[in-house]
Amino acid sequence: MAKVPVQFTLNGSEKAEFVDSGTTLLHALRDKIGDTSPKGGCHQGTCGACSVIIDGELRLSCLTLAETCNGADIRTTSGLAEAGVLHPLQRAFLDAFATQCGFCTPGMIMAAKVLLDHTANPSREEVVEALSGNICRCTGYEPIIQAVLTAARANSQNAA
Amino acid sequence: MAIRRGRGVAAINYPTGMNLGGDPTQALVHSTPTGNFMVTLSSVDLGQGMKQIMAQICAETIGVPTDRVIIDTADTDTGPHCMGTFASRGTHRAGNAVIQAAKEARQVMLEVAAEELEVNASDLETDGQGNILVKGAPQKSISIFDVALSAHFKRGRSISGRGMFLIPRSYPEKETGAMKPSTCYAHACTVAEVEVDDETGEVTVLTVKNVFEIGRALNPKMVEQQLVGGSWMGISHALYETTEPYYPNRDYGGTDFNQYLMPGPGDLAKTEIIVLERPSADGPFGAKGPGEMCANPQIPAVANAVFDAVGVRIDTLPITPERIMRALKAQAAG
Repeated sequence: MAKVPVQFTLNGSEKAEFVDSGTTLLHALRDKIGDTSPKGGCHQGTCGACSVIIDGELRLSCLTLAETCNGADIRTTSGLAEAGVLHPLQRAFLDAFATQCGFCTPGMIMAAKVLLDHTANPSREEVVEALSGNICRCTGYEPIIQAVLTAARANSQNAA
Repeated sequence: MAIRRGRGVAAINYPTGMNLGGDPTQALVHSTPTGNFMVTLSSVDLGQGMKQIMAQICAETIGVPTDRVIIDTADTDTGPHCMGTFASRGTHRAGNAVIQAAKEARQVMLEVAAEELEVNASDLETDGQGNILVKGAPQKSISIFDVALSAHFKRGRSISGRGMFLIPRSYPEKETGAMKPSTCYAHACTVAEVEVDDETGEVTVLTVKNVFEIGRALNPKMVEQQLVGGSWMGISHALYETTEPYYPNRDYGGTDFNQYLMPGPGDLAKTEIIVLERPSADGPFGAKGPGEMCANPQIPAVANAVFDAVGVRIDTLPITPERIMRALKAQAAG
């Protein structure tokens, strides 16, 4: 079968690849481009570990076909740190001990980032709602919720 | 028909490690030429933080900052023997092995320092910051960096140590069947408060209060992290998770993650954690294994709370609305 050309922006860099038609964005990112920050948990859209941001919206990369992403602006957790300085969400996850095995963490951080991009000062309920598509086996969620609330407070203090 | 409230309590002992054919873990420690310390293990960090704990244990024993220790784990082809990371044994078994290996390495390090400083090794102490000092005369000192260089390039010594921890197999006594399956037990007690809808069988866990006795918390924040997650997992086992809803009948069993029910961040009970420390006699710095123990007491506590709420004993997990409704129906039929 002929390969399909795909071009998009990943964390600010232009990427071009040839993929088989039907290739998921998750597969293209991890195995073609080499960004392994989105994780393949269930490959069914159930666990949220593969979450990425496409044109500002939270998307499941395991259910997104790479060929539908032409011209898109794609953001992953590996692009969050700037010049070696962690993003406030990454810092907050570390400080709150909100990660154990780490497999859900990139998806959690993507979900939290979209929330904070739209809602600077979310309530606890809004954080829970934003994370409700992401499953964590280790933490019991509470440290993650606290990390997102802490990052939101840090953001709004910086903005003030 | 009403929402009924109940409270249940449960307490457990939980063994650290196992005893099938003897339970060994070995460790090797050696210094690099610049005085960092490498710990080689076959044990695995699953995310519970074993690398951090082993670094702390090695650093504390040798007398260097934790960031001077590098942990290399999980290659069973090339590393020293470990039975594995399971049965809540990692900190206890590997920690003891690392202490032994680190003590031997520390002794060589002090011997080399003694030669450099022209004193007896027994007169030396470490400051925990990377230096070796003469007791009572701290102005006479040498950095561990310089000691390692001397050992490697001048004196032909290997600053290294071997560690071994073994719980030997315990056989049952022929007459009584008595045996010692474990040398170390962690303990926990949980009180759970639930609401049960006796019309739908739905259970809501309102609060979970846990007390865990874990020997010694070598890294208190990581212990807390594991206990909070474990408490949640216990609730998850009590009420949600199964691959065999009608065991031993396979019907209606989930076939993939889409059909495996786990609570999300919106299903959390208000959780409280209290840590008690009663150092174990044979644990590294008194530590016990809190890993699996912390996800157990919530299950009988929730079952007891359901009984307190609606008067039915559910003895099969998970405690689903269907099981509660069937039990209530049987109770009403007398």
